[in-house]
Amino acid sequence: MAKKNLDLMDSSPKVKHSRGENIFNVCNIIFMVLFMIACLYPFWYVICASFSRSTLLMGNRHALLLPLGWSTAAYDRVFHTATIWRGYGNTIIYVGVGTLINIVMTLLAAYFLSRRELPGKTVLTIFIMFTMYFSGGMIPGFLNIQQLGLYNTRWALLLSGAVSTYNLIIMRTAMSGIDGALTESAMLDGAGHWTILFKIMVPLCKATIAVLVLYYGVAHWNAWFNALIYLADDDKGKSLQPLQMVLRQILILSDTSDAGVGDADVERLSETIKYATIIVSTLPILALYPFLQKYFTKGVMVGAVKG
Amino acid sequence: MKKDKASAPAVKVDKKAMRARTWKLVKKNKMVYLMILPVIIYYILFHYKPMYGIIIAFQNYAPRKGILGSPWVGFKHFSDFFGGYYFWRLLRNTLMLSFATLIFGFPVPIILALLINELRSKKFSKIVQTITYMPHFVSMVVLCAMIRQFVGSTGFITAFFTNFGYDGSNMLSKTALWIPIYVLSNIWQGSGWGSIVYLAALTSIDSELYDAAKVDGANRWKQTIHVTIPAILPTIIIMLIMRVGQIMGVGYEKTLLLYNDGILEVAEIISTYVYKMGMLNREFSFSTAVGLFNSVVNFILVIIANQISKKTTETSLW
Repeated sequence: MAKKNLDLMDSSPKVKHSRGENIFNVCNIIFMVLFMIACLYPFWYVICASFSRSTLLMGNRHALLLPLGWSTAAYDRVFHTATIWRGYGNTIIYVGVGTLINIVMTLLAAYFLSRRELPGKTVLTIFIMFTMYFSGGMIPGFLNIQQLGLYNTRWALLLSGAVSTYNLIIMRTAMSGIDGALTESAMLDGAGHWTILFKIMVPLCKATIAVLVLYYGVAHWNAWFNALIYLADDDKGKSLQPLQMVLRQILILSDTSDAGVGDADVERLSETIKYATIIVSTLPILALYPFLQKYFTKGVMVGAVKG
Repeated sequence: MKKDKASAPAVKVDKKAMRARTWKLVKKNKMVYLMILPVIIYYILFHYKPMYGIIIAFQNYAPRKGILGSPWVGFKHFSDFFGGYYFWRLLRNTLMLSFATLIFGFPVPIILALLINELRSKKFSKIVQTITYMPHFVSMVVLCAMIRQFVGSTGFITAFFTNFGYDGSNMLSKTALWIPIYVLSNIWQGSGWGSIVYLAALTSIDSELYDAAKVDGANRWKQTIHVTIPAILPTIIIMLIMRVGQIMGVGYEKTLLLYNDGILEVAEIISTYVYKMGMLNREFSFSTAVGLFNSVVNFILVIIANQISKKTTETSLW
């Protein structure tokens, strides 16, 4: 380990380090290693707990380094829990359709706001930006969904956040950065706004669009509160619930009954079922994330240019 | 739109011509106005219509009578709220939670970014970044579930503190531990991700500045103080203003998922109170009034923060 640390510090051997600097470098690396352990350990604990034998886990109160015994019974339950799969299905719809709506709307708005010469741009910018700082609030929002006839429908979740103003600003910044001469010459060639948007802007802003797809997608994946207030607590509402609401039922309200319909085992397994549920619901996103990391971070940087 | 300076006075004189020109531009680009129409409709239906709905805060709203038919009561709901038993408690809890997250949570990503920036190995620095960003991708529901498991009466964090004399009961049932649990879990989830924006600012610092500082005999610590921190200060300030804008809206989702009746005294914040009174007790007008109070205070805070920053540092959101 010590040897490794030395390697880590010295990527530029020409520079002589003072003693104080070396001490700092070592401390910094140790701190980073500890910080990474703190970031990762909770996940590791959940993995270990989910594969542990439930009887052993129940008797244990301490941190785990390895599963206690080995059992996949909890996963067996989780994979046979219909509500989880229904939630998965719904979430895929919300992520897919919702993100598509988001992107189209954001492109349309950003295109207008990025054009310099159009009358009404300033008014519309203020009109849109104002909503970032002031809103009707939870209850008027809820009553609005009812009045629009969207209550207890998928559309309540798909449409209520159709444009994120923050993401719109990111998109606008990207489009403003495109050379105006390009669009002007296209216009002279007789291209309309649709052509310019989809044949010039979209291909040139591919990277930013990818970022926004991820941002919107993750937001839909994680969303639960709108489902809590915009879906009813009846059979129809339950059939529309996204995964996160199902997770809330199982993990927060500790209702594991769906996992075995009154089975005596369920009581015994309930803790391991919770951990297995966390893994099943979180693994896809954590597994995808390292491959998409550069897009995510790029998005933060683009957004930081003009908050 | 831009005109030569010479022709500017002529435009001023002839407003009619200007208007005609504008109209011509609109007509020429009418397709683009058609494109923006769905967006405008969206903002009206889902943002401005609810703002109009705020007027039920000044009524005794009855869903059957609608907004136009419900009786007006003026500021009754506001005085009920301000004079009510819970007002000071809710305000205190909201501000305490907000400031605790701000004071303890805000500097961590900055420090982390500075330390990552000091790592000499690019490879190691990449690994650190990938791993510290990870907790960001855990959904709020799952994060709260993990917290509840870990600090519950059988959780390993509880067990750990039992070694140091803690009584071993569910940590979420202790009023004194609510804010630490909330803030620390925030730091765990958000610090790595929050550091990205500072790292971006750090990479854009001109390396000549460091060379100059080195010539002047500045060691790494001095370089950090005199070059690095001033260079990322505008980013820090923008992030700070944005955080101020969230002070009153502090984590109701997380609070709703974590708290329990035993610690309402410290954990109930204005936004969770709005949820309870509005969605569970169906007191629409009262909870809208409480929500409006929250939004207005928030709005004022953003404006103040922005003005202060504009005057003192010339960095601002608008």
